[in-house]
Amino acid sequence: MNGAPVIDVRGLTKRFGGKTVVDDVSLRVPRGAIYGFLGPNGSGKTTTIRLVCGLLRPDHGEGTVLGHDVLRESALIKARIGYMTQKFSLYEDLSIRENLDFVARLYDVPDRAHRVDTALEDLGLATRGRQLAGTLSGGWKQRLALAACMIHDPDLLLLDEPTAGVDPKARRDFWDQIRRYAARGVTTLVSTHYMDEAVQCDFIAFIAYGRKLIDAPTREIPGKVGLTTLRVVADDLEGAAAKLRGMPGVDLVARFGTELHVAGVDAAKLRAAVGSLDGMPGFAATPVEAGLEEAFIHLMTESTDNMQ
Amino acid sequence: MSAQARTHFSFARVMAVFLKELVQMRRDRVTFAIMLGMPIIQLLLFGYAINTDPRHMPTVVEARDDGPLTRAFLASMRQSTYFDLVALSHREGEGDRMLEAGEATFLVVIPEKFEERLVRGERPEILFAADASDPIAAGGATGALQQIAQTAFAPDLEGPLHMRQASAAPYDIVVHRCYNPAGVTAFNIVPALLGVILTMTMVMITSIALTRELERGTMESLLATPVRPTEVMLGKTTPYLLVGAVQVGIVLAVAIFLFHIPFTGSVPALLTGVTVFVIANLMLGYLISTVARTQMQAMQMTFFIFLPSILLSGFMFPFAAMPWWAQGIGEALPLTHFLRIVRETILKGGGFAAIGDDLWPLLAILALLTAVALRRFRQTLD
Repeated sequence: MNGAPVIDVRGLTKRFGGKTVVDDVSLRVPRGAIYGFLGPNGSGKTTTIRLVCGLLRPDHGEGTVLGHDVLRESALIKARIGYMTQKFSLYEDLSIRENLDFVARLYDVPDRAHRVDTALEDLGLATRGRQLAGTLSGGWKQRLALAACMIHDPDLLLLDEPTAGVDPKARRDFWDQIRRYAARGVTTLVSTHYMDEAVQCDFIAFIAYGRKLIDAPTREIPGKVGLTTLRVVADDLEGAAAKLRGMPGVDLVARFGTELHVAGVDAAKLRAAVGSLDGMPGFAATPVEAGLEEAFIHLMTESTDNMQ
Repeated sequence: MSAQARTHFSFARVMAVFLKELVQMRRDRVTFAIMLGMPIIQLLLFGYAINTDPRHMPTVVEARDDGPLTRAFLASMRQSTYFDLVALSHREGEGDRMLEAGEATFLVVIPEKFEERLVRGERPEILFAADASDPIAAGGATGALQQIAQTAFAPDLEGPLHMRQASAAPYDIVVHRCYNPAGVTAFNIVPALLGVILTMTMVMITSIALTRELERGTMESLLATPVRPTEVMLGKTTPYLLVGAVQVGIVLAVAIFLFHIPFTGSVPALLTGVTVFVIANLMLGYLISTVARTQMQAMQMTFFIFLPSILLSGFMFPFAAMPWWAQGIGEALPLTHFLRIVRETILKGGGFAAIGDDLWPLLAILALLTAVALRRFRQTLD
């Protein structure tokens, strides 16, 4: 299946009761890509991932995952994916080794004992294999969970907010790991809240209210969002920011060190608003290329939590 | 290994679930202790505490005659230890009142001119009224009454009255009760307790098999693997088959060595019956766990099954005395058939021929439960 997308689904729709949680979502994820799912709480990220791995049956939609029909061949798909749930879902009353061994058995991993040993060593937990998983800290649980869903060398990783509640150092280590897998050709679909994680992805899909709003290679995202950004400096930076917030045409005021990035979709209105500050001591405004950060902040602030 | 082959039934995966359950069972020490301790505690508690042949029951006597025969009868009643004479009533109606108020369990009425009429051959009636609200309490004493009367009157029916003894008893004991339970003895209750204990523990423990995974959030990971419903079912229930075997061993040992239950029947027949019964209960529990969403619900459903099992299976009340609809419910319960099998093999000396009528229904129940449980197993989170 070289060249063919690993995930190729069209029009996925899922309703719970009368509420449409995922609405006509299509995804094409090429092999080896890290594909980021961005969106506020309740926007349908988890449900979409569950639809892709066969944990939920879509009401509408079709397509293939790893070349298998997503509706009829979920058993074949499951054998070749690794799914890491949002909440830790290994057995807290089993030891680290027992958890890995259990998962390895479920996937009929050949040369199991050796594979489990290797996984423990990779984790740096070779001497703590007998410790109960429930006693691990959040960061270690997350690394164990990743090791567990990689134990059968899957072709596709589905990670649902894998680094929620994990400290920045552990998060960076985690992403280095994902990068190494990607280099080996493992495809990753990952949902996240964090901007610094989103920039690690090759592709970004932004979801709100169950609908996919943006889907593009990460570097094209700022252009898609269509923001104009001005860099503003002034002696009284806080005063300037306070004045700009809420002015027509100003969608975003973000402080970056000693300067403000002021962004808006309507370029003319934005310039007018920023121009009104002329005369403040030390004021200067220069156009800059809109970055990913502004684009994400804009996207995230535009859409509040989708809980109802 | 091809991807196709990996989706076929896999014993390795059954083994995976089985070993995981064994470890979790061992680590949950409280539950493990309950599973092994419960049979012993229940046996000792019920085996010794439940006395279906109670003695020293409070009795009121309304003696309207006061001859030697009457006195001999009352003395004999006292001597039997079944009856404690708490009051002698001389006024009509007082005995009835005491019976109604629960101050006495039995009322014995000796009619006027009892002796005189007995001598004349009129077969006077002794009224024996038993408080029927507790039928088991009344059972033993009521049964003993004929014998008591016979031994009481025999010495006095010598000599000139010998002619009265020769024929049928020259008196008549009229027993008033609305319920006459089958004679339940200690020998009867201990083997039956085996079935009750197995129902309780096997159904309860498997009823949380899946709901525990749901509640802890581990179900999502489990379902994302290629594991199949039959593999989960076999892997999750087999550990408890072993626990059931240990329980059976404990109960039978206690029954034989502590309660001296005479084991008269076929051991292979009994073990076959026990095995099918244990698996049926495991499947019943597993079915509950495919329905229940929380462990709390699973517990409630278990008790929903457990109560009719106790009340309608013939464990507590005679099966034959129940109305047709209650018997219908009883026939659908595994415990009903198991009780017959266990009584047939342990007490009545029966073998496979004797238990056939109940082994087949048990197998049918097992097949139905398994089929429904497998259909109900949700392979998705929908």
